[in-house]
Amino acid sequence: MVEDSLLRVEDLGVSFATEDGVVRAVDGVSFTVHRGEVVAIVGESGSGKSVSVMTLMGLTRGPNARFEGTAWFEGRDLISAADAELHKVRGAEIAMVFQDPMSSLDPVYRVGDQIVEQIRVHEPGTTKAQALDRAVELMERVGIPHAGDRLRSYPHEFSGGMRQRVMIAMALSCSPKLLIADEPTTALDVTVQAQILDELRQLRDDTGAGIILVTHDLGVVADIADRIVVMYAGRVVEQGTLDEIFYDPQHPYTWGLLGSITRVDRDRSQRLPAIAGQPPSLLAPPHGCHFRPRCPHAFKRCVEVPALIARVREAPGHLDRCWLSLEHKRGLRVVGDQIGLVSGEAVAP
Amino acid sequence: MSPSGRLGPEAGGESVSAEAQATAVPETRYDGSALLDVEHLQILFPIKAGLVIDRQIGQVHAVDDVSLALAEGETLGIVGESGCGKTTLIRALMRLIDPTSGAIRFRGRDITNASRRALAPVRREMQMVFQDPQASLNPRKRVGQILGTPLRLRGVQRSRIEAESRQLLGRVGLNPEHLNRFPHEFSGGQRQRIGIARALAVDPRLILLDEPVSALDVSIQAQVINLLDELQDEFRLSYVFVAHDLSVVRHVSDRIIVMYLGKVMEVSPAAELFSKPIHPYTSALLAAIPIPDPNENRARSRPLVAGEPPNPVRPPPGCRFHTRCPRATEVCRTVEPQLTAYAGGHLAACHHPQNVTAHELAAASRSAASPLSAGQEKPRRE
Repeated sequence: MVEDSLLRVEDLGVSFATEDGVVRAVDGVSFTVHRGEVVAIVGESGSGKSVSVMTLMGLTRGPNARFEGTAWFEGRDLISAADAELHKVRGAEIAMVFQDPMSSLDPVYRVGDQIVEQIRVHEPGTTKAQALDRAVELMERVGIPHAGDRLRSYPHEFSGGMRQRVMIAMALSCSPKLLIADEPTTALDVTVQAQILDELRQLRDDTGAGIILVTHDLGVVADIADRIVVMYAGRVVEQGTLDEIFYDPQHPYTWGLLGSITRVDRDRSQRLPAIAGQPPSLLAPPHGCHFRPRCPHAFKRCVEVPALIARVREAPGHLDRCWLSLEHKRGLRVVGDQIGLVSGEAVAP
Repeated sequence: MSPSGRLGPEAGGESVSAEAQATAVPETRYDGSALLDVEHLQILFPIKAGLVIDRQIGQVHAVDDVSLALAEGETLGIVGESGCGKTTLIRALMRLIDPTSGAIRFRGRDITNASRRALAPVRREMQMVFQDPQASLNPRKRVGQILGTPLRLRGVQRSRIEAESRQLLGRVGLNPEHLNRFPHEFSGGQRQRIGIARALAVDPRLILLDEPVSALDVSIQAQVINLLDELQDEFRLSYVFVAHDLSVVRHVSDRIIVMYLGKVMEVSPAAELFSKPIHPYTSALLAAIPIPDPNENRARSRPLVAGEPPNPVRPPPGCRFHTRCPRATEVCRTVEPQLTAYAGGHLAACHHPQNVTAHELAAASRSAASPLSAGQEKPRRE
């Protein structure tokens, strides 16, 4: 297992100094990505999921940012690496696909030229003609029809789904070992989303690259992820395999998240089991467990921060951050169709 | 339970389902019983070009001959991908966009061309909640002012306005003490609650909801959906709920309209749309939605449709979905399908319907909601 790990993030912390005080956006986040594995980071807005992955790419560096921890990738620490060193890794070995393809493509350059530039920066020996051939090949591979003609199009001439395919083609251009996709399908229609997820799966199968998928959509997660990291208010509250998180979730926040999604394959129940309240401000997060103010099962121990450790004996890779005992949780959690209930009040008849 | 009866599985009784069916079949709409009915509504946006004189060089077919009816107490969901015309349609219902042709009636009264003055009493009964609560609340007004204006229009006495505003805030789950705050001091979910409170302030009968939860996080989405559900029961409201997320629409709706490129593809009682989709486009939409359950995801087969919706400036002839449809034949490319009424108020515009028996097909008839340009060809099973 250790041999196979591609990226090992340990105790990552990111703080930003703002006018209102220090925001601790990411607090002690640890996770590992293996080769050929899709790791999904899920959480709501402000949970620190995007900041975590952008920090891996060095995109959050700035005079007001402070970093802690390490992120080992191919024998290098991405957090302490110099900008010049990171520049070589970024795009070549780790590629990123962003949520909004329109604002991440340059509107005044032809799509083909943008892909060619990416190839030639990282492989200086390539001629323009060779790079153009590669660009056509890449665009065909991600399912852009008439790729040879579309090379000369500008980003605004593409639809949202096609733009996202261009982004993926660019990300693939240097055969990255790790692909970070930050909400890659959120801006797309469902039929196109399904096509893009297929492309990602294909990429993983063909090249054995690791993928980090940042999303808030648990449907997408269930579709493609191998392992899940659940984040809340800057911390990892639970992580485990797809089945562990969906069928044996340990943290009350995960229960709430799973319970509050509407499902296309379920008839309407009277009420959705919603999580009361809203995520805390990271300027002054609550003491102890960050979920405590919204958690119906909080007790006096929750004012201390629980450690992220394995609590289920049969699943050493399934970690969670909750003080409740396993027996107590089994009693609270309703298994089966209604998994994810946070409070008794919300039980559907 | 509302008098029209929910069409969910809980509506088990014989009388309830018969009644629900009666209101669900759009053919009943001409008797004036419907709260809102729309006939052959068409909305075209001109595309202009030229330096000095604007020449019209084309039209976007945003909504192309749509008919629908909404019963009192009912929730009608409208779903479709971006560009299908769902938002244009709902805005036209509120008369925020002027339709090109067709008729909109509210309580049997034609409001298609009503003046602003004539619309005022209608808008007191019909309100709208927008997708982006940030953009739809005036950032320079305090919550008290935002709620006070509609209350005053309703004729609430000046001395009572503050108390009523507090009550409204409390009702939508906000702190009544926050009357003096500005919209930016609230989170997204709270702002959407303010938008809902503002709609409620005039004591409406019908609320048009345009993607009310799609900008919110899942846990907050659930809170807002629950709130809408409670308010519907408490104030006997009717909803038109527009969303691109089929799972959200299923959760709230009694009946669902599926739109594609400006046309109605299918109309169905909510549960039946998912258990028995007739139109191939509906199946394609359903297959594309990932189910948040790993085992079920692995178990189901998912035939994906290729491609993307065509350009609404030059929509394809015949059935608009034929360019992406796995079942398309020659007739689909040339003849626009009629909207066929099957049993139980289930309508579909498809030449080659799926999930229908020969018996059901024989009993089916052309719906009056069919587009005027639709052909006379009856649907066939292959």
